[in-house]
Amino acid sequence: MSETVMDRVAKATPTRVARRIKGLSDRAIAWIFVAPTIFLLLAVNIFPLIWTIRLSFTNFKANRPNLDVKWIGLRNYERILTDSDIWITMQATAHFVFWTLFFEVLLGFALAWLINRKFRGNDLWTTIIVLPMMLSPAVVGNFWTFLYQPQIGLFNYAISFVTGIDPTSFSMIGDVALAPWSIVIVDTWMWTPFVMLICLAGLRSIPDTIYEAAECDRASAWRQFWTITVPMVLPFLMLAVLFRGIENFKMFDLVVQLTGGGPGSTTELTSINLKREAFEKWRTGYSSAYAIILFVTVFGLASIYVKALNKVKER
Amino acid sequence: MKTHHLWAATALTAATGLAATGARADDLTLCWAAWDPANALIELSKDFEQKTGNTMSFEFVPWPNFADRMLNELNSGGQLCDLMIGDSQWIGLGAEAGHYIKLNDFFEANGITMDDFIPATVTGYAEWPKGTPNYWALPAFGDVVGWTYRKDWFERPELQAEFKEKYGRDLTAPETLDELMEVAKFFQNREIDGKTVYGAAIYTERGSEGITMGVTNALYNYGFEYSNPEKPYDLEGFVNSPEAAKGLEFYKELYDCCTPPGSSDWYMSEDIDAYKSGQVALQMNFAFIWPGVNADPNVGGDKSGYFANPAGPNGHFAQLGGQGISVVSYTDSPEAALDYIKWFAQPEIQKKWWELGGYSALNAVVEDPGFATSQPYAQTFLDSMAIVKDFWAEPSYASLLLAMQDRVHKYVIAGEGTAQGALDGLVEDWNEVFEDEGKI
Repeated sequence: MSETVMDRVAKATPTRVARRIKGLSDRAIAWIFVAPTIFLLLAVNIFPLIWTIRLSFTNFKANRPNLDVKWIGLRNYERILTDSDIWITMQATAHFVFWTLFFEVLLGFALAWLINRKFRGNDLWTTIIVLPMMLSPAVVGNFWTFLYQPQIGLFNYAISFVTGIDPTSFSMIGDVALAPWSIVIVDTWMWTPFVMLICLAGLRSIPDTIYEAAECDRASAWRQFWTITVPMVLPFLMLAVLFRGIENFKMFDLVVQLTGGGPGSTTELTSINLKREAFEKWRTGYSSAYAIILFVTVFGLASIYVKALNKVKER
Repeated sequence: MKTHHLWAATALTAATGLAATGARADDLTLCWAAWDPANALIELSKDFEQKTGNTMSFEFVPWPNFADRMLNELNSGGQLCDLMIGDSQWIGLGAEAGHYIKLNDFFEANGITMDDFIPATVTGYAEWPKGTPNYWALPAFGDVVGWTYRKDWFERPELQAEFKEKYGRDLTAPETLDELMEVAKFFQNREIDGKTVYGAAIYTERGSEGITMGVTNALYNYGFEYSNPEKPYDLEGFVNSPEAAKGLEFYKELYDCCTPPGSSDWYMSEDIDAYKSGQVALQMNFAFIWPGVNADPNVGGDKSGYFANPAGPNGHFAQLGGQGISVVSYTDSPEAALDYIKWFAQPEIQKKWWELGGYSALNAVVEDPGFATSQPYAQTFLDSMAIVKDFWAEPSYASLLLAMQDRVHKYVIAGEGTAQGALDGLVEDWNEVFEDEGKI
């Protein structure tokens, strides 16, 4: 009978080590392997989370270690939930998340559908389209401030060319009504390719035989699209929405570079607001409570969404 | 045996040498903002390196991130900086949180007296609590908000004639805020040399301190006070007085009528760019930019003039800028860092500092008979330093500042609510901060 790999490993293991391992149960050995990971998780994720929860009930300020830390119960939570400014930032975030997802899904799917058709230069176009998502968000934010510049910005000139409006008569990032759309446009420009790639993966995973069978049944192109393409791509699309939704809920760098949260607080998303509270005003206790509220919100929404995603997959 | 002796002798020599080197030559890191004066300081510090054998490293951070980066460094007890040229408003935190070393004994032992410095800079950059002889910094760089204007445009006969016809006075550097508004309106959207130009570049930045450093120049002069002079932290009726609200309305009107399109988030560098590229007739900015403007090939020399912040109906003040130099308490080289301050305080070094483009706060330099004519902007600097007022320097200054940034930006730039409402809201925010601090 030939020697198995396990036999060879057993033979190669020094007797002392083998004896020591022999005394351990499978469960113990499993724990030995898993322990470092669990320790790291506890140290890096769980402990900070518990510590944050604890801090959220205090008036602690990280920049004032000499001050007495007082236990103030639910006061931080009460302050946050009754603060109208926080609700304004929540609204700004909801506006940003909703509209970016809407446009990215719409355009991403459309682009994927077009790219999936076989034509000359297909690969070149795919590369060109995905370029924006390869850039750093800070860089993107920075150069779009130039594109939006009323006097020299290409964006304003393009709008002027199409509509005839004076390019200096409007400021995308300085106008209260336009600023929320300015960040939606940039995020859509940057991340539509990501949605497109995921949709493309979905489209390419549909076997041609299904379409061939549909054609045999004389299904129109429109019917094929709604009864084959959309249902089969839907799980992929929902996954893209989940990724982009979570990312955009905690959007920071791009918007900070682009508008800094202004004008006023029109584009101050929750993550920007939280950063100001935590690391500029140094209200550590308050911002811990704020972070917990956001964590619970995102976690809750994501859980509901994942359940829906699983149901779609099961269909 | 002989070998042992040789090893011992070698080790002792090496140890002595290392110890001696350690005592003689430290590597000091000085932290400051990344701007023109910082480059002048590098040049100036070569003299210190030469005289003491210490080496200097520099950590300069751009203004918008300066407070964030450096306060994080201090709050975490970091050892990056041995010397810190921190913003004037940090002095309360630096002193109370133990970030800075108290310098009273050092000053006394080395014959450095605060009487030798411009009083406003001592109060603004060195003292905590304010008005008490407790010093945590040496005034390093005097700075104040002032104005730059296109003298060459003002001198054009056709523009002078048109202005006189319209406003009944000569087109000269404004002396009051109302005159400033008239000049800004006059230039807004005007064609000059085939190019559309605008009235004024003012501070509107939201993220750090920009709009506060700008709007206070109007607020102070309309009657805004930080608190009741008789009762500290009593804000109601002082921060949000009807006069202060008028000052805020003035600033909003200036922004709405007379600034370049897209200037909703501008601070020092954006204002400089707008001015140097010939977009605006007037520029609000800290005095540190004046040497650069004067030397600029497009707008420098006779093309530009300088004037102090104009008076308002209820006062004549200007926002103080500038910084003091402190020794960070977490440094491993406190002696060498103190040596730097001792060297920097010398009158001949301060004189050289001014020559290189640094604004010395030493009386011996600014009171020199030749000072006012030494540069085209020197007299304006003196005039401006005589009328300064500063923002809160409380340990909780960051919370106070961000509340003001938020309230003012919402009203002036986003046009939300009223001026009175913005200031009433500011009183609420500031009261909350002082309640948290246990001050009221």
